[in-house]
Amino acid sequence: MVIDYAFIWAGLIAVAVLMYVLLDGFDLGIGILFPFLKDRDERMLAMSSVAPVWDGNETWLVLGGGGLFAVFPLGYAIVMPALYPLIIAMLLGLIFRGVAFEFVHRTERMKLFWEVAFWGGSLVAAIAQGMALGTLVQGITVSGRSYGGGNWDWATPFSLLTALALVVGYATLGATWLIMKTEGATLARAQRLAKPLGLTLLALIGAVSIATPLLRPEYLQRWFGWPSGLYSAVVPVLLAAAAWMLWTGLRDGLTYRPFLATVAIFILSYAGLGISFYPHLIPPSVTIWDAAAPDTSLRFLLVGAVVLVPMILAYTGYSYWVFRGKVRPGETYH
Amino acid sequence: MLSDISALDLARMQFAFTVSAHIIFPAFTIGLASYLAVLNGLWLWTRDEVYLSLFEQWKTVFAVVFGMGVVSGVVMSYQFGTNWPVFADKVGPVLGPLIGYEVLTAFFLEAGFLGIMLFGRRRVGEGLHMLATAIVAGGTLLSAFWILSVNSWMQTPQGYSVNAQGQFVPEDWLAIIFNPSFPYRFVHMVLAAYLTTAFVVGAAGAWHLLKQPANRGARVMFSMAMWMALLVTPIQLFAGDAHGLNTLAYQPAKIAAIEGHFETYPDGRAPLILFGMPDEATSTTNYAVEIPLLGSLILTHSLDTPLIGLDAFPKNERPPAAIVFWSFRIMVGVGMLMLILGLWSGLARLKGHLFDWPWLHRAAVAMGPAGFLAVLCGWITTEVGRQPYTVYGLLRTSDSASGLRADAVGYSLMGFVIVYFFVFGAGTFYALRLMSRAPEDHIDISQIGPTRTAGITPIAQAGE
Ligand code: HDD
Ligand code: HEM
Ligand code: HEM
Repeated sequence: MVIDYAFIWAGLIAVAVLMYVLLDGFDLGIGILFPFLKDRDERMLAMSSVAPVWDGNETWLVLGGGGLFAVFPLGYAIVMPALYPLIIAMLLGLIFRGVAFEFVHRTERMKLFWEVAFWGGSLVAAIAQGMALGTLVQGITVSGRSYGGGNWDWATPFSLLTALALVVGYATLGATWLIMKTEGATLARAQRLAKPLGLTLLALIGAVSIATPLLRPEYLQRWFGWPSGLYSAVVPVLLAAAAWMLWTGLRDGLTYRPFLATVAIFILSYAGLGISFYPHLIPPSVTIWDAAAPDTSLRFLLVGAVVLVPMILAYTGYSYWVFRGKVRPGETYH
Repeated sequence: MLSDISALDLARMQFAFTVSAHIIFPAFTIGLASYLAVLNGLWLWTRDEVYLSLFEQWKTVFAVVFGMGVVSGVVMSYQFGTNWPVFADKVGPVLGPLIGYEVLTAFFLEAGFLGIMLFGRRRVGEGLHMLATAIVAGGTLLSAFWILSVNSWMQTPQGYSVNAQGQFVPEDWLAIIFNPSFPYRFVHMVLAAYLTTAFVVGAAGAWHLLKQPANRGARVMFSMAMWMALLVTPIQLFAGDAHGLNTLAYQPAKIAAIEGHFETYPDGRAPLILFGMPDEATSTTNYAVEIPLLGSLILTHSLDTPLIGLDAFPKNERPPAAIVFWSFRIMVGVGMLMLILGLWSGLARLKGHLFDWPWLHRAAVAMGPAGFLAVLCGWITTEVGRQPYTVYGLLRTSDSASGLRADAVGYSLMGFVIVYFFVFGAGTFYALRLMSRAPEDHIDISQIGPTRTAGITPIAQAGE
């Protein structure tokens, strides 16, 4: 293993994407759960619980995209055309759900429309992200310095499976977030939703884990070969522990544990993906070093990242802290 | 249908459409964020409730417009890759880190404090709320700083070398960030954003004055906006002139197209073409209405400095002259109208009639969208005028993309057009409706003040 700028940046981008998945995950999840909430008041309450923070959550997506452009420009130039329809679908979905936060309070007649837009936009964005993930894991055809595959390479059973897993995963994050942020009937409903969601999520993670090593021999080697399989085996063991935490948290009606356990499940699945990927940025042929920008670029941005990312985490944390505790009806309407 | 247009042209149309839609929102929110910080500061300083009530009203407008700015901006950050993969691969090492800094210094800052600014007054208290508001305003300016540096580098690139893969490699970051056209473009754009906001606020104030001449909130809005119009428009004209001189030094073909000069004036003494019909096929500007000598005076500040025309460039190096010629004239025309309105309001103020000259108010209402028009026309001038290059003189637009599929780009373009018109149309309607509510002199501070009150349901006020 070589520790150089490209390696550090691969780690940082991976963390930015993970932050995005976790943070926007719960607020997309709330959108996905909209049809399962009881009435308009409950949906507005759920929306209020993320209204002050959603923009910050989505900024991690911009950092992921912008960061890729900055430090792995070749990767960015190959991945975006490869995932073209998915990216466009995701962007359009994010438009509808992003504006819905404000628009839904600005109209009476169209209220229902913007609620549906919030649900549909969140769902479409989650499906597109899940399929994008699946497509990447499958591997992308590259010719020269550009995308060499076809128009429909992203539409496969495997990418549908990962999409389903991500949608259910986001919904689980959303439900367990609501457990932390709401009271009374909404809390009870969130607890009822979280159990089947959690179980389905674990089943889907299992299915993806079985399908992935079968996609490519090198994945199989990494997971079940010797000795790398030994390290890789740690992941499923920890995953089982996280699943147990989720289950007990829900069973005992705890406030924070279900959410934190779901977060742990996401982190571990993500680490599992990392094991399959490394050292590739785009499997099967582009490594992080192939795609990296010159060191001058990596160094220049790293200086800023080292100083600024901790500051960002600090004030983002502060903002979450300001809006801590249970949301009350009407609090963030204005 | 789509197959008649090349993937490249569709990609250009898509980029131009999405970035034009995006720029409309920041042009307004950059100015409005500062205006909100000023209003909140005045409220804390004077404790005059009229400022608080204005803050609360414009805050909701800001929230609606900012949301649209964010979602249209997220689209932009992915468009470099989806539509211009070759461009992304080549300029990524230089421009990517600048955009990275924009995300790290500006976007997170805005997003992190926006929630507190919008919803947090009761939770954090007046002081921290003021700080959050000021930080959001600062964030929008930082964002403009970085993105304009990016755009300016593409216009006047420096501080790079080129490696074996044909990528631009950064050599001197300060030279890259502070490239020659950046200071001009930054000043010009920030002033444009302030003017855009001032004319919207002024139009809203004037609208209410026409209906309720005694309304204090309306008076405060109108007066503040007209000060901006009076004082900032002349500065903008000066900045625009300086910007034009800078462009003449670095992109003479753009200036020649702006001026409609197809032929070179070796001894200077060029006329200023006010109007005309630039015809690229025959390389002449037909029906030109000219003022002798003024062209040289404006562009070279002398009579006899040589001035080159489009004939100095081979045809495949020339920007499309007619578009640039007209978009520039619209922008400058709007600038002149802004100046006139500013002076008129100054006269009214001197005579003590600022609040009771209905024709002044009607004119101000009509000028409400002026800033947006000027901003769009200005950008069209800038961007079309640098064609056929994306990185001026170095990377052609036609080489910036490869392997794009016309159908994929075409359908996504259609998707963007439909969604943007519908969603941003609705948003504009909501923003206008929020502005059309007459400002209140008094506001129930207990509802928004620092003490927590139970059971508020402001949906009722917001909805209607
Ligand atoms: C960060 C960079 C950036 C920024 C801030 C802008 N542009 Fe731009 N623009 C580009 C980066 C770019 C580009 C990627 O470099 C394009 C794509 C193709 C091209 O020629 O340049 C471009 C093309 C392009 C075109 C097509 C020109 C042609 O093909 O003839 C138009 C009309 C605009 N832009 C308009 C705008 C407007 C209204 C902007 C106001 C915000 C703007 N651009 C800001
Ligand atoms: C192609 C060029 C551009 C890209 C890629 C881009 C990207 C973005 C992105 C990703 C956001 C959302 C940030 C968030 O999540 O909070 C955004 C918002 C914003 N952008 Fe742009 N942008 C571009 C052009 C511009 C220009 C030319 C300006 C101004 C001079 C500008 C100023 C802003 C501001 C102030 C915001 C904050 C949101 C708002 O005020 O509406 N951007 N932009
Ligand atoms: C008579 C006054 C004005 C002059 C002489 C002027 C000059 C210019 C010039 C020469 C450009 C092209 C820059 C380039 O070549 O790259 C430009 C661009 C632009 N103008 Fe103006 N301008 C004037 C008024 C205005 C006004 C009133 C606004 C808006 C309120 C405005 C907004 C813009 C914007 C947004 C751009 C594109 C960004 C940029 O390149 O700075 N301009 N202007």
